[in-house]
Amino acid sequence: MEKYTTYDQDVLVVGAGGSGLRAAISICQAGLSCGIVTKSLLGKAHTVMAEGGAAAALGNMGEPDNWKVHFKDTMKGGRFINNPRIVEIFAKEAPDRVRELEEYGAVFDRTPDGLISQRPFGGHTYRRLNHVGDRTGLELIRTLQDKVVSYKPTVYMEHTLTRLLMDGDRAVGAIGYNRQTGEFVVFKAKAIVFATGGWGRMYKFTSNSWESTGDGAGMAYEAGAELMDMEMVQFHPTGMLWPPGVRGILVTEAVRGDGGILKNNKGERFMFNPEYMPELYKGQYADTEEEGYRWLTDKANNRRPPELLPRDVVSRAIYKEVLAGRGSEHGGIYLDVSQMGAEFIKRRLPSMWEQFYSLGGIDITKQPMEIYPTIHYTMGGIWTEAETCSTSIKGLFAAGESAAGLHGANRLGGNSLTDILVFGKRAGDHASEFAKNADFGKIDSSQIEDEINTLLAPFTNPGKENPFKLTQELQEAMQEGAMIARTEESLTKALNTVMELQERAKSIHVEGDRVYNPGWHTARDIRFMLKTSEIICRCALERKESRGAQWRLDYTDANEEWGKINLIAQRDVDAVKLIHRPVPAMAPELAAMFEEIK
Amino acid sequence: MRDKVTIRLFRGNANGGTETDYEVTTFPGMVVLDAIHQIQGTQDSTVACRWNCKAAKCGSCSAEINGRPRLMCKSHVEDFADSNGLIRVHPLKTFPLIKDLVTDVSINYRTAEKIPPLTVSEDIPRPFKMQQIDVERIQEFRKCIECFLCQDVCHVLRDHNRKDGYFGPRFMIKIAALSMHPLDTGNRLRQLKEEGGIGYCNITKCCEEVCPEHIHLTDNGIIPLKERVADYYYDPLKILIRKIVGPKKK
Ligand SMILES: Cc1cc2nc3c(=O)[nH]c(=O)nc-3n(C[C@H](O)[C@H](O)[C@H](O)COP(=O)(O)OP(=O)(O)OC[C@H]3O[C@@H](n4cnc5c(N)ncnc54)[C@H](O)[C@@H]3O)c2cc1C
Ligand code: SF4
Ligand code: SF4
Ligand code: FES
Repeated sequence: MEKYTTYDQDVLVVGAGGSGLRAAISICQAGLSCGIVTKSLLGKAHTVMAEGGAAAALGNMGEPDNWKVHFKDTMKGGRFINNPRIVEIFAKEAPDRVRELEEYGAVFDRTPDGLISQRPFGGHTYRRLNHVGDRTGLELIRTLQDKVVSYKPTVYMEHTLTRLLMDGDRAVGAIGYNRQTGEFVVFKAKAIVFATGGWGRMYKFTSNSWESTGDGAGMAYEAGAELMDMEMVQFHPTGMLWPPGVRGILVTEAVRGDGGILKNNKGERFMFNPEYMPELYKGQYADTEEEGYRWLTDKANNRRPPELLPRDVVSRAIYKEVLAGRGSEHGGIYLDVSQMGAEFIKRRLPSMWEQFYSLGGIDITKQPMEIYPTIHYTMGGIWTEAETCSTSIKGLFAAGESAAGLHGANRLGGNSLTDILVFGKRAGDHASEFAKNADFGKIDSSQIEDEINTLLAPFTNPGKENPFKLTQELQEAMQEGAMIARTEESLTKALNTVMELQERAKSIHVEGDRVYNPGWHTARDIRFMLKTSEIICRCALERKESRGAQWRLDYTDANEEWGKINLIAQRDVDAVKLIHRPVPAMAPELAAMFEEIK
Repeated sequence: MRDKVTIRLFRGNANGGTETDYEVTTFPGMVVLDAIHQIQGTQDSTVACRWNCKAAKCGSCSAEINGRPRLMCKSHVEDFADSNGLIRVHPLKTFPLIKDLVTDVSINYRTAEKIPPLTVSEDIPRPFKMQQIDVERIQEFRKCIECFLCQDVCHVLRDHNRKDGYFGPRFMIKIAALSMHPLDTGNRLRQLKEEGGIGYCNITKCCEEVCPEHIHLTDNGIIPLKERVADYYYDPLKILIRKIVGPKKK
C-alpha cells in the first residue's frame, strides 16, 4: 500500500475558520494537544470574507436590546424551525463571546462613549451588529488566529481530509492528503471537531470560495451522521452582477443598513410595494419613503425601511421585479447608496467602495450598483445537540456553518459570526471533556487502504471525464433547478442531472502527479459536492411548502404541519433516507416570553 | 478589448522551470485569476495557484504580474496586456517555490508566532472604553490581509535574503498595531530593535507602494516605530531617567 504519515492529537479540529479557531482556543486552554487542519493557509478561511458584523445584544446604542429580543428575531427569521434551545444559548452567550474578542486584541469601531459600535441589519429589531467598517470577518479571524498561535497548537495548513475513520460507531480519526506534497496523512484523535464551513460552491453565481464544497457534511454523511435542513440554502439579495468577471461577489447588507436603497428600472423603491410584505412582519417597517429616510437619523421614532426585511423576503422581491420586466440593464436591480455622500460611504463602507471601484469600475459614491441574489450560506448541516455540539456520531462534534439548528429556514445577517464564536467555544469545551475520558480507539487499516485507493483512482482511471467540466455542469444544473424559486419540475430536473453526474464522476481522469494538483483535488471534492447537491434537491422536493429560503412556486404558502418538522437526511447504504423529525418544543418560559414581547 | 490574451505563465518547481504560453478567451471584467482558472479548466488542470475570496479580501492570490507583486483577483487582464496581448505571470520571488504560482510562505507564520499577543492589565475596567480617534491608526494596520506582497518586494528580504535578520514590513506594522493599542502594556521596543531588526529598513517605501490595502506601512508604521526605538535606546536623558526610576512602558 501507499505510504502515509500518522499524527496523534487529543482533539483534532477540522477547519480554521472562526469556529475551528475558537474551538482550538478552548482545547488548548483545557491543556490538551490540539491539531488544526485547514485546506488553505491560516487566516484565509471563508470567515475572512465576512463584512457586515457580528450580531450580539450588547445594547450599546441606547436601545433596549437584550438577549430575549435577539432570540425572538432569530426564531422569527428562521420561521420557527430552528432549535429554540440552540437559539437561546446563542442569544445569551453571544455578548460574552464578542467582548472576549476585545480581550484577545480585536479593535471594533467605537460609539461616542467609547464602546463597541453596532449597526442595523435585516431582521434585527435594534442596532446589533458589532463591526469594524465592512471587514469584520478579517478582524475576527486574525484576532482568533493570533490568540490560537500563542498557545502553539499544531496547524496543518493546506491539508485536505477526505474521510472519517471509525472504530465501530465512534469517530477516532480522519484521513486525507497534504496538498503541497501530495503525501497521505492519517490523524488519530480522541475527539474530532468539524468546523468545515458551508457548501455554496455547487451554484454558478456564488459568494463562496473553492473551499465550500461541503466536505464536512459529506464526510459526516458518509460515516452515517444525520444531516438536517439541507434544503435551506440562503440566497443573499445583493450579489454583484456586472461585469461578468465579478458576478456573485457579495455586496454586504451593511450598504442597506447604512442607507442604501433598492430601485427598479422605473426608479421605484419597490420594497415599499405592500405585496412583498410578509404577514409576520406587517406593521414593523416604514410604510413611506419619508419614514424610511427619517429612520436613518432618528431610530427611536421611526420604523426601518423594508429594504431591511430578512434576506429571503428581499431576494424573492428582486426575483419578482426582474421577472415582471422591471429589472436593470443586465437583469438585476439597482442598489443606490450615493445619496449618503462620499465621505460617509468611504468611512463606513471602505471595502465596498474599493471592491466596486477596482473590480467593477464603478464609483458607488456617484452611481448605483447593479445587483442580483447570489448563493451565500447554508443553514442546514450536521445535526448537533444544543448544549454540547455533539453529532449523532460518537466522538464527532460540529460547529459553525457546517452544523444545523440555529438558523432554521433563514439566517439573519450577522448571526453567523457570533454562531461560530458561541458554538466554536462549546464544541471545543465539550470535545475536550470527551477526550479527557476517552482513548485513541482502533482503526483497522482497510478503511485507510480503501480511501487511498479512492483518492488514487483518477490517475489510472481509463475514463475521460474532466473534474472541472463536471463541476461546471453541476453548478449550472443547481443554479437552474434549485435556486430561489423551486418547483417539483425544476428540482426533479436538477436531481436527475446530479445523479447522471454522479455516474460520470466515476470516470474522472486526471493528469500529473500529486504535488499541488488542482485537477486531482477537484476529483475528490466533486464527490462531496454531488452528494450534498443530491441531498439538497431531495429535501427541497420533500418539503412541500414555502418557508424561509425554501420557496416553492407550486406550494407558495407556509404549511402549519411542515412548520413542525425538520428534515433529517441520513445514509442508508447507497440511498438517502429522509426522516421527518419534530422541531424541538420551545421551553414554556421561552414560549411565554415570546408572547409577552411579541 | 481584445478577444484573446496570452498568459506567459511560469511553470516549474524548486528545481527550476520555464515559461509557457497559454491563450485565453477574455470577457468583460476578467481578472488574471480568471485567466488562470480558465487555463486549469480547459487546458491544463495541473496548474497550481492559490486563491480564496476572488474579491481582494483574503490575500491568497499573490503573484508577480509583469514583474510586480500583485493580487491576481484584483488585476484586470485588459490593464496588463501589452501591445501584443501578452501578460507575464510569475510566483513571488522572495519565497521558496513549491509549484508554479505557489510558494512556501511559512516563514511568515513562524515570524508571527514570535510576536507576543495583546497584553492588557487586569486593572483596566471591562468592558473596554476606547475612543474611535485613538483606535483609528491601529485599525489601518489591522486592515492587513497577509498577502505578503510587501514582504516580497522589500529588498532586505528579496535581494539580501536577510530573513534571519529582519521580520519584514508586514510584521513591523503588526507590532505597530500592538504597540499603539491604547491598552497594551507590553514593551515591544526591544524585540523591534533586536530580533525584529527594524534597523535594516532604510525607508525605501517599496512596501507601501505594493500594499493592496493601501496601508501606509512606512509613514504611519515603521517611521514612528523607529523614532520610538531611537528615543528609548539612544536618548541620553531618557536612559538616565530609566536608570533612576526603572524602565517604563514603551
Ligand atoms: C462574502 C461573505 C460575507 C459574509 N458576511 C457575514 C457577516 O457580515 N456576518 C455574519 O455573521 N456572517 C457573514 N458571512 C457568513 C460567515 O462568514 C460564515 O458563515 C462563517 O464565517 C463560517 O465560519 P466557519 O468557521 O463555520 O467556516 P469557514 O470560515 O468557512 O471555515 C471552514 C474551514 O474548514 C476547512 N475545511 C473545509 N473542508 C475541509 C477538509 N475537507 N479538510 C480540511 N479542512 C477543511 C477550510 O479550509 C476552512 O479552514 C459572510 C460570508 C461570506 C461568504
Ligand atoms: S521601506 Fe523598509 S520595509 Fe518597506 S520595502 Fe523599504 S526597506 Fe523594506
Ligand atoms: S501590509 Fe499590505 S502588502 Fe503587506 S501583507 Fe499586509 S496587506 Fe499585504
Ligand atoms: S483571492 Fe482573495 S485576495 Fe485574491
